[in-house]
Amino acid sequence: MGESSGRSSAETIEFRDVTKQYPGGSEPAVDGLSLEVPAGEICVLVGPSGCGKTTAMRMVNRMIDMTSGDILLGGRSVRDRKPEELRREIGYVIQQIGLFPHRTIADNISTVPSLLGWSKARMSERADELLELVGLPREMRDRYPSQLSGGQRQRVGVARALAVDPPVMLMDEPFGAIDPINRERLQNEFLRLQAELRKTIVFVTHDIDEAIKMGDRIAVMQVGGKLAQFAPPAELLMAPASPFVEDFVGADRALKRLALQRVRDIDLWTVATCRTGEPTAGVRERTAEADLDIALLVDEHQRPVGWLSERGLTGERIRSELRSPADPVVDLDDILRDALSDLLASESMYGPVVGAQGEVVGVLSMQVISQAVGSAPSEVPGATELAASEHVNGAGDATGPDEE
Amino acid sequence: MAQGGGGVILASALTDFTDGVRFIFQARESSAGTVQVGGLNEVGHMAGNHLLVSSLAVAIAIAVALPIALVLGHKGRGEFIAVSTSNIGRAVPSLAIIAFFVAFLGTGFTNLCFALILLAVPPILTNTYVAVRQVDRDLVDAARGQGLSEGQIIRTIELPLALPTIFGGIRLSSVNVLATAIIGPLAGYETLGTPILSLNVYGFTGAIGAAIVVALMTLVADAGFAGVQRLSTPKGLKVVKGDRRRMRFRPPSQRSAQSP
Amino acid sequence: MSAALVIAQSGGFVRERGGDASCVANDGFCPTWIADNLDRYWTPLLEHLYLVVVSVGIGFAIAFSLGLLAHRQRWLIAPLTGVTSALYTIPSIAMFFLLQPLLGRGNAPAIVGLAIYTQVIIFRNVITGLANVPGEMVDAASGMGMTKNQRLFRVEVPLAVPEILAGLRIAVATTVGLAAFAAFAGAGGLGQKLIVASLITFKSNVVVAGGMVTLLAAALDLAVLGFQRLLTPWRRAVAA
Repeated sequence: MGESSGRSSAETIEFRDVTKQYPGGSEPAVDGLSLEVPAGEICVLVGPSGCGKTTAMRMVNRMIDMTSGDILLGGRSVRDRKPEELRREIGYVIQQIGLFPHRTIADNISTVPSLLGWSKARMSERADELLELVGLPREMRDRYPSQLSGGQRQRVGVARALAVDPPVMLMDEPFGAIDPINRERLQNEFLRLQAELRKTIVFVTHDIDEAIKMGDRIAVMQVGGKLAQFAPPAELLMAPASPFVEDFVGADRALKRLALQRVRDIDLWTVATCRTGEPTAGVRERTAEADLDIALLVDEHQRPVGWLSERGLTGERIRSELRSPADPVVDLDDILRDALSDLLASESMYGPVVGAQGEVVGVLSMQVISQAVGSAPSEVPGATELAASEHVNGAGDATGPDEE
Repeated sequence: MAQGGGGVILASALTDFTDGVRFIFQARESSAGTVQVGGLNEVGHMAGNHLLVSSLAVAIAIAVALPIALVLGHKGRGEFIAVSTSNIGRAVPSLAIIAFFVAFLGTGFTNLCFALILLAVPPILTNTYVAVRQVDRDLVDAARGQGLSEGQIIRTIELPLALPTIFGGIRLSSVNVLATAIIGPLAGYETLGTPILSLNVYGFTGAIGAAIVVALMTLVADAGFAGVQRLSTPKGLKVVKGDRRRMRFRPPSQRSAQSP
Repeated sequence: MSAALVIAQSGGFVRERGGDASCVANDGFCPTWIADNLDRYWTPLLEHLYLVVVSVGIGFAIAFSLGLLAHRQRWLIAPLTGVTSALYTIPSIAMFFLLQPLLGRGNAPAIVGLAIYTQVIIFRNVITGLANVPGEMVDAASGMGMTKNQRLFRVEVPLAVPEILAGLRIAVATTVGLAAFAAFAGAGGLGQKLIVASLITFKSNVVVAGGMVTLLAAALDLAVLGFQRLLTPWRRAVAA
């Protein structure tokens, strides 16, 4: 009792040659799985049904006992632990959520604290704290699960798993039963939460898109319980290790990669900006130096107005003669996939990129994007950082502690 | 004496039971010593009466309840009647039913039989209704689409599929009726209850003997109907061993007939 | 020892008192007689209630424990179901007599017999109630570190309460009816007023005694229903 008071730091999870052979099964459910999840990262186990991903996850908290090999949490073997005690220190979220219908929301959240013998006051305080953390109003605490929507129940499920601030969490298709729109929202919320909490998470899904979105690292498993590839999402998409992985991540893997990067993460083209009435000579000079050979007309706040035509440059001073409006305007925080979509929609090869105040900072072009797709995977951030960078300004802050 | 109280009780109990069994096979003098009682002839006669009134009651109950429940179930109407019949049937104690019949309609074979019919109807009615309702409606639709008449649908699809549950209801009714027929003598009809109700004539061992016969009779009837129930299950519906886990999450068909 | 003697005596004295003499003599339905003699039914009613409460109480404790045991040791389910349902098949009157050589006459054989009859109903409902607990509840409970016992008593049993109490309701109603035959074991009860030839034809008596048995069954059923609502507040919570 009384353990895990205060914030427990994340722990690494290490699978060492873990095998699960069910009696009577012809081939093992999990076959010699070895991988290491660094502390504070989300490791997604993904693969077709029957690949042993759930079995692998459930061996971590000994819901299933492994046949051979070992799993270490923070360097300590799970085999040496009493299963019940081990499980109380590991957050557990399942697809069906499994809230207890006969208990109120607060009581559901307090499941593990009550097993650990916390005082009533402490449990109650913690329940309020967690409801706030997952974005639910405090009035929910005395309701029963049947009175909540699916999304709210899922949030309670996450709150319940976080109750004693476990260093490690296991999530088995946690968003699988939620409709696509709410799933997207819950995924984003969870990533934001994780950016703050930095738990070590084993996350099981059959959906490669979810894996790419949620994972700092992805373990692709194939039928027979074999690990096909273990890599960060970008590397997985860039360099699939086998035809199986290539097939599993899908033919659109290049596009999927674009979803992993924001406009601010890549090298943009430079562009010459000019204001009406400015001397033409300087503009011509700058245009020659810039990546793009067309000047961009801006207003007094450096906001894009349109692409300057040749006739605008003919006089002594710049005249407001546009060849085309500055469509589309791309935001630094946009995800590359969305920016590309904007370019395609307005049928242009490039568009100005603006910062937080709407000021022009560069130009995004088709060419820049295709270079980004071909760039080295190490430049592509993981899911948690991607979520975290949404809130911070300035590209430099986006680098996480998990950078090797 | 003092050293073996339990042993003495056991020994005397054994004597009671053997005397009870002897009563079935051997006539002896009545308690008052005036007439000969017991023996295969008399007990056989009582058992015959017991079976007669019971099977007649169950047969009539089937003839009445089965068609009604089949039609109601087929049309999906009268759920309230079908379900509350069994609720009322369970709530009103069988002794009270017999007592009301005897007190208000008089004694005699016919009245006893009527009271037993009333007792036998609810389980058969409810089980049949529920069993028919549980037949997959898509199946019925498909049959209708193939041009079967409503009567043919009941006879060739709903009845065969409902049969096991129907026999479950008949089994329940039969056991109830056999048990209640013991108080037949109160309605002026001699059954295996006679030695039990006329203790002063037949003595304690007579009652024990009759109790043994009537207990065996119900156990045999129960086992027999259980066998019929199993035989009447269409082959395709029998649960294979491996499927049992999946079945656990479905409500057993019996339960719906018993709980509201 | 003769039950018939005891019964015959009580039959005699039920008619003794009050009411319209000709109505009583004709076995009629005589309101005045009922009003004058109602007090004679309180003791049998209380005896009846006592038999039901004690035997259902004992029966529930045993069947519930057997249910929990068989939930863990699943191989026990088939034999226990077989034995309890076979016992249930034995007619109650026969049961009350067959228990007498061992237990004597009086409350003992009546309570033991009645408790035996509750077994099959309660045991079956405990087993199905526990089996119907959704798999994800069991998984979540274990996954969060509950021991087998914690899981059983904190999750599985509470979720099985509706089904278990549905069984209790059936058991109570059935036992009220069967306890009417407990007079054959010499345990009194309202059946005492119905199992005598001279009383079962007497309309006034049948209305009172039969009516009381029926009302007792209904009243106890409502009591269990109320208890169930008290125990399962979460079932009444509706989506807000």
